[in-house]
Amino acid sequence: MQTMSGKTLYDKIWDAHLVAEQDGEAILYIDLHLIHEVTTPQAFAGLRAHHRPVRRPDRTLAVADHNIPTEGQGLGVGAVADEEARLQLQTLEQNVRDAGIEFFAMGDVRNGIVHVVGPEQGRTQPGMTIVCGDSHTSTHGAFGALAHGIGTSEVEHVLATQTLRQKKAKNMRVNISGKPAPGVGAKDFALAVIGAIGTAGGTGYVIEYAGEAIRDLSMEGRMTLCNLTIEGGARAGLVAPDETTFAYLLGRPAAPKAGAWDMALRYWKTLVSDADAHFDREVHLNAADIAPLVTWGTSPEDVLAVTDTVPGPDSTTSPDKQVSVQRALDYMGLSAGQPITEARVDVVFIGSCTNSRIEDLRSAASIVEGRRVAEHVRALVVPGSGLVKAQAEAEGLDDIFRAAGFDWREPGCSMCLGMNPDRLAPGERCASTSNRNFEGRQGRGGRTHLMSPAMAAAAAIAGHIVDVRAYLR
Amino acid sequence: MKAFTRLDALAAPLPLANVDTDQIIPKQFLKTVEREGLSKGLFYDFRFDTEGRERPDFVLNKPEYKGTGVLVTGENFGCGSSREHAPWALMDYGITCVIAPSFADIFYNNCFQNGLLPLVLEADEVQALMEEARGGNHKVSVDLEAQSVISPSGRRFGFQIDAQRKTKMLQGLDAIGETLMAASDIDVYEHKRSLDQPWLDKAPH
Ligand code: SF4
Repeated sequence: MQTMSGKTLYDKIWDAHLVAEQDGEAILYIDLHLIHEVTTPQAFAGLRAHHRPVRRPDRTLAVADHNIPTEGQGLGVGAVADEEARLQLQTLEQNVRDAGIEFFAMGDVRNGIVHVVGPEQGRTQPGMTIVCGDSHTSTHGAFGALAHGIGTSEVEHVLATQTLRQKKAKNMRVNISGKPAPGVGAKDFALAVIGAIGTAGGTGYVIEYAGEAIRDLSMEGRMTLCNLTIEGGARAGLVAPDETTFAYLLGRPAAPKAGAWDMALRYWKTLVSDADAHFDREVHLNAADIAPLVTWGTSPEDVLAVTDTVPGPDSTTSPDKQVSVQRALDYMGLSAGQPITEARVDVVFIGSCTNSRIEDLRSAASIVEGRRVAEHVRALVVPGSGLVKAQAEAEGLDDIFRAAGFDWREPGCSMCLGMNPDRLAPGERCASTSNRNFEGRQGRGGRTHLMSPAMAAAAAIAGHIVDVRAYLR
Repeated sequence: MKAFTRLDALAAPLPLANVDTDQIIPKQFLKTVEREGLSKGLFYDFRFDTEGRERPDFVLNKPEYKGTGVLVTGENFGCGSSREHAPWALMDYGITCVIAPSFADIFYNNCFQNGLLPLVLEADEVQALMEEARGGNHKVSVDLEAQSVISPSGRRFGFQIDAQRKTKMLQGLDAIGETLMAASDIDVYEHKRSLDQPWLDKAPH
């Protein structure tokens, strides 16, 4: 039979997971459900209230990451000082034990940020559908998996049925051609895309990233890019799996072994958009045009090149947005027309599911090595998982950071959202490798500038936002 | 889930674009294992100053907006974190309808799980409602069945909504119960996948 046009990668994954359709809504099978302490207690309570069991505990993996402290994890959950956080962690432990779900507890070397752990364990695989009660689930799209965040009611739905009710999204392709200049990488690509389409530009779409610059990215880089897809409004981002993907997966604990590996590989190689596939929207960028980027405001779309000056309300025509721009300037303590490099930072945070993998830490360490953190700056590195931490220590990166004056912490979400004790004080300005610069995100009154690990490292040394290209060796 | 049919309630204007879920309910209120009681954290940093005192100039703190049931706001409302605590907090406060030119995807979806109506109008219509909601007589009528909003001055705006979502909202249907009616389809699907992609069943350790 002849088809009208080819399928996109998203179409293929969607079709492969379609269980049934009810009243025009698809019931989509979910291959992997990642859970953590913050967005699940009410879901398990809901199941209990209806006497519903967890359908596939074997397709579920639990970690403790959002509100764990990044010091003294070996003391166990009982020693977590914050009473509510402790209760939430204990509730998770009880729930996963009752349901028979695999769980990496705080302090287990395999534990860490949920979006670091899934790929690292080989649980994340091409062609899968993956959900988690956390919007940055889009990270896993780096493997060519359809992955997105869900709310707690949907967490409950997936626990009970291993499916999700979905409407199909539209297809967008973001093509990034060319080669980036030294000092420019995946974080800058991601910010450039958000800057180009806006924080709502991707709403209703699944984005596939393609082009030479994407093919050249490591898995870590692709994860950074897909992670930030949600900040452009798209629930999910995808990169078609290729040799880079397969090489990353080979030998991971949960990756298929022996004969199953060959079988899986044959399937994974079919996971590309057909040449004649239709995309509802295409965006083109050239990596060579992208400078190291930072955010100036309180929305991830508020990006500018590090060489630029801060914009004012006259940069937009929409009255709502003008109010938002002025509000952002006031909140951030910046004035229109000021070079962004004048912004003096108090805190530098290297971590979060966006940038806490081994490659991120290597990149930051290469800038920091043999230099000192500026006198007035408090700087911390929070590895994404216990395994990333161990790897970094084996490479001596912890010594480089410590020698420069950084704090070397235990894994967790930490200052990405400040649910644990790591947060900004009111008015403090932070160079952060995380993903959200919303008001109060890293602590009430805290001012966040998003940037790459290398840029954040350079800011720590300089004591203000600075062009990392002056620090490259 | 609570059904939503119609609503006559005070509308409050919040003329900001990109109000994210960290603003709707900050992280310190996420450490709960309950769904109830979250109204205390709703718009916390807008409502209270650093000493925990009410900010008198914030719209929901003004006496004429006590008992607000409808929020009229700017584009891309609910962006950011997937926390369902955002619709829970709004509902716990008594707000069961938010009107905006657009919503962020996950938040939009979460609203429907809880019987909170995220209502999309054209930007100029939202602007008009916002102006009226700023005045003294700011009661708005929302009729889901008829897909209409009547402004305080009597202007009528029609709105679009997905037909299935509308039906479920009107009846307050439980999505899990509904999906479980297709349980045999799920069994069949799982069986087939075990044959086609056996590596997926290899439970790790
Ligand atoms: S690091 Fe931040 S964005 Fe990532 S999962 Fe944790 S809280 Fe969410």
